[in-house]
Amino acid sequence: MPIDITQQSLSGIRDAIASRAVTAAAVVERYLNRIAALDGAVGAFNEVLTQRAMRRAELVDNGELRGPLAGVPIAIKDNICTSFGKTTCSSKILGDYRSPFNATVIDRLERAGAIIIGKTNLDEFAMGSSCENSGFAPTRNPWDTDRVPGGSSGGSAAAVAADLCAGALGSDTGGSIRQPAAFCGVVGLKPTYGRVSRYGLVAYGSSLDQIGPITRTVADAAAMLNVIAGHDPLDSTCADEITGGPVPDFNMGLGTPVENLRIGVAQQYMSDSNDPAVNDAVSSAIERFEKMGATIVVVDLPHTEYGVPCYYIVATAEASSNLARFDGVHYGHRTARPNDLIDLYSASRAEGFGDEVKRRIMLGTYALSSGYYDAYYLKAQKVRRLIKRDFDNAFNQCDAIICPPAPAPAFRLGANTADPLQMYMADVYTVNANLAGIPGMTMPAGFTEVDGRRLPLGLQLLGPTFSEHKLLRIGAMFERETDYTSQRPVLSPASAG
Amino acid sequence: MSERLTDDDVKKVAKLARLKLNDEQIHAFAGQLSDVLSYVHKLDELDVTGVEPMAHPTDMTNRFRDDTPGRPISVDQALANAPESDPPFFKVPKVLGDGGGA
Repeated sequence: MPIDITQQSLSGIRDAIASRAVTAAAVVERYLNRIAALDGAVGAFNEVLTQRAMRRAELVDNGELRGPLAGVPIAIKDNICTSFGKTTCSSKILGDYRSPFNATVIDRLERAGAIIIGKTNLDEFAMGSSCENSGFAPTRNPWDTDRVPGGSSGGSAAAVAADLCAGALGSDTGGSIRQPAAFCGVVGLKPTYGRVSRYGLVAYGSSLDQIGPITRTVADAAAMLNVIAGHDPLDSTCADEITGGPVPDFNMGLGTPVENLRIGVAQQYMSDSNDPAVNDAVSSAIERFEKMGATIVVVDLPHTEYGVPCYYIVATAEASSNLARFDGVHYGHRTARPNDLIDLYSASRAEGFGDEVKRRIMLGTYALSSGYYDAYYLKAQKVRRLIKRDFDNAFNQCDAIICPPAPAPAFRLGANTADPLQMYMADVYTVNANLAGIPGMTMPAGFTEVDGRRLPLGLQLLGPTFSEHKLLRIGAMFERETDYTSQRPVLSPASAG
Repeated sequence: MSERLTDDDVKKVAKLARLKLNDEQIHAFAGQLSDVLSYVHKLDELDVTGVEPMAHPTDMTNRFRDDTPGRPISVDQALANAPESDPPFFKVPKVLGDGGGA
């Protein structure tokens, strides 16, 4: 290979394979070698699917496997079911669980010729913002291995940032695609609720969960969304043409600026308590958009600060119900010597779930329990409506809102583990998009130097439901004006430890 | 409102949630869950009179797929991950009699 293929964008890799400049087998091998050399320091992968990936690459090279992502190595968050390899949700309770079926997104990626190269680490059952809640081991940020990659899709974001795959899938219940993408200096897109099928995604908060791409560039996110978006009869909440409109070609128009672009800015997101570098990055992005001719509109999102308390009731209530299926009977861990059936459930669950999962199940159980339902769950559902209305009003005045993805860049491992509430409060800028069901995209917007290390900064774009196409076009405008997405962390096998 | 959960409250929730926790864990959760709940009471600052609860982000209702037979997974596949099975059944401890009940 004349150039290092892993430094190419997803589309660059696809084109190189399609034009026979390189074989899919060589591409996959190159990525597998990088994983072998570098993932010891990062810890992005729970499982690398070496043999299957090589077999699939041969199918691409002999022409049996074609499609818009033919030969492109993709990593999958390990809470998305694959009928090959394990699906663990990074939880001990799932043990060596092997899914009997593929998630719809997996079938679609494979039909498009993509090569699933491995399953990536996450906060157990996607509950967390740092990947430190993994039941196995934390993933580290490729820009500074003493720092977290964010979460819960930390493994997927770190794998993309370290060029251990060409793109990845994550899932986002309260920011779990967007925040780790921002912490790792890559692009993360949470689609509108219902744009992508959730069939085969292990459920956390069913009214909030959504699968989406994590990639190097905006065009790469569009290429992946093109393949995974669209109606699925196996997910009754997945939008069809009537409820969501026709699925556009997300690649189309990426090179053309949005005309008469109106960008909304909300004072509630530009808080003085944010790390100043975070606000600076967003402010300079706003200036750039102004220079490109966009009109900046001040919008008001008065219920922003109620998002985190609202989210932690809605999400945990749904989780307490969804995670009832882990009972030590049908799959996964079972306690050794149960006294009786109830003890089998209670002991298996206590042994299999980590502390954060237990905490959220307990919180949700309490919020739904007799006598507290009105005060917590019903109240949170009403506040959810107010948050949705804030966005409806704002999007009457603008095409998209620009804001920070998180109050600060990636923090040190262990910095927030002692106080769960502190960790929850850092989700303030991402949870509201899930509550409202709107799409959000984060992308690189600069760097800050902390303790002699360069850390990525991000910006977030929020849009009305089913406006991914426009968010991608706006992101592409910013990407053309900057060179942040082309920057790479310096990683060597020696940076372990 | 800023009530604190007692250890007994947490024991009751743990029973409902089917989580067998020891006294130390119960006590730790009592503190942590109380902190989170007092933070959640921030929602009481808002007047939500007349606001319709929002259970879901979409307005879709009663969506059915075509009533055509599909291909379910086989019994063998369904049992493949079971910690204990006696095909074609999942195996559990005795439920009735002195089986512990609910």
